[in-house]
Amino acid sequence: MAEKTTNPDAAVTSQAEIDAEISAIHQDYRTQRDAGGVEETNARLNFPPYRSSLLRHPTKSLHHTDPEDIELHSPAFGHRDVSPLEADLTIQHNGEPIGERIIVTGRVLDGDGRPVAGQLVEVWQANAAGRYIHKRDQHPAPLDPNFTGAGRALTGPNGEYSFTTIKPAPYPWKNHHNAWRSAHIHFSLFGTDFTQRIVTQMYFPGDPIFDLDPIYQSITDQAARDRLVATYDHSVSQHEWNTGYRWNIVLSGSNRTWAEEDEEH
Amino acid sequence: MKLTPTPGQTVGPFFAFGLAFAGGEDLVDRTHPDAVRLHGTVYDGDGVPVPDAVVELWQPDQHGAISQEQGSLHRDGYTFTGWGRAAVDPSGQYSFTTVEPGSTGAGVAPYFLLTVFARGLMDRLFTRAYLPEPAEAGDQDRLLSSVPEERRGTLLATRDSDGGLRFDIHLQGALETVFLTYPNTPQFTGPLG
Repeated sequence: MAEKTTNPDAAVTSQAEIDAEISAIHQDYRTQRDAGGVEETNARLNFPPYRSSLLRHPTKSLHHTDPEDIELHSPAFGHRDVSPLEADLTIQHNGEPIGERIIVTGRVLDGDGRPVAGQLVEVWQANAAGRYIHKRDQHPAPLDPNFTGAGRALTGPNGEYSFTTIKPAPYPWKNHHNAWRSAHIHFSLFGTDFTQRIVTQMYFPGDPIFDLDPIYQSITDQAARDRLVATYDHSVSQHEWNTGYRWNIVLSGSNRTWAEEDEEH
Repeated sequence: MKLTPTPGQTVGPFFAFGLAFAGGEDLVDRTHPDAVRLHGTVYDGDGVPVPDAVVELWQPDQHGAISQEQGSLHRDGYTFTGWGRAAVDPSGQYSFTTVEPGSTGAGVAPYFLLTVFARGLMDRLFTRAYLPEPAEAGDQDRLLSSVPEERRGTLLATRDSDGGLRFDIHLQGALETVFLTYPNTPQFTGPLG
């Protein structure tokens, strides 16, 4: 087996070797879980098939602490920060972007099922050719002059959000030879407590690259991986206009003490 | 009703166009009478600067008040919102212009709350950057006093000769920063070593 390199451009390992590494880690996890071990719900910080994680994960246990005042609050965002137009990624330029027009919608809830209202959701993504508008992305796929690929929204009173965009394509990277990322949209979210902050990625159902993608597979548990996959929702599709996907996001539990009146909102 | 939280994923290499905004790193204008620079370098386990990380700052104002004002993304130059975001430069350095946080209560040493994201880092990490002085304040602080002495220094900013505050972040290695987890935060699993 080739030495595990953290050079992001090395691309020396074969897909088969990466697959074998992923498979071994997952098998160990399932054995442990089935023997009564813990069910993992997160990505592993130390996931060697994703080579860039090798030198960038903490090796010491995270330090448990109780949240203090500042950690029980989040920054406030509002209409001064975000225009409703920013939720439509297809109207940011003079022309229509190329690709499959989609709406991605859903709700943001906390771990107790409360909607997270009036909070900031940021998204960014590749275009319909799998190209990011970033100077370090130089792979030979076209940029789209009518698509930047970044949007923002505030959640509504029930935690709902909705973005109109173009379905991103899979994207090549250099983790290993002939490596491709599953098509995804990056999401950044805030909760009511700053400790609920999360950045994640939403995937599309049935992506043929899932099994080959060490970032997606860094979540060892299938049920947990499934939580990152949107569902096709025909009620979100619109006649002669767009197809629709639904994806709900659950933040960690709030550490605040919630009053009865808060619960009703 | 308890729901299982959605897993996090890495911010990836190409977050700049999605997350950066003008004035993100300036919580106050540098002409503000109490303006201070909070800066540092993000390092990997080999001690090499990480050129594709982004750091977020959330803090009370100089009196310990927690802002709930809008306007972080479109700063008006007057309102202190308490939140900022700074991508590191190609040499791994981030820099904020802000005010020193006040204490939010008796026995709470003042600190900046920082969140770190990077390519290669599968989920965000939280830490606190405490003010370096007075040193004895740390002995009373609930968190600092609970951290083994040999690692406590990773949570303390240092004072530059020009009055600025430096706080380096080591994702891994001998100087690894103490990262925090909270009661309702999903616990990381799998071997870290």
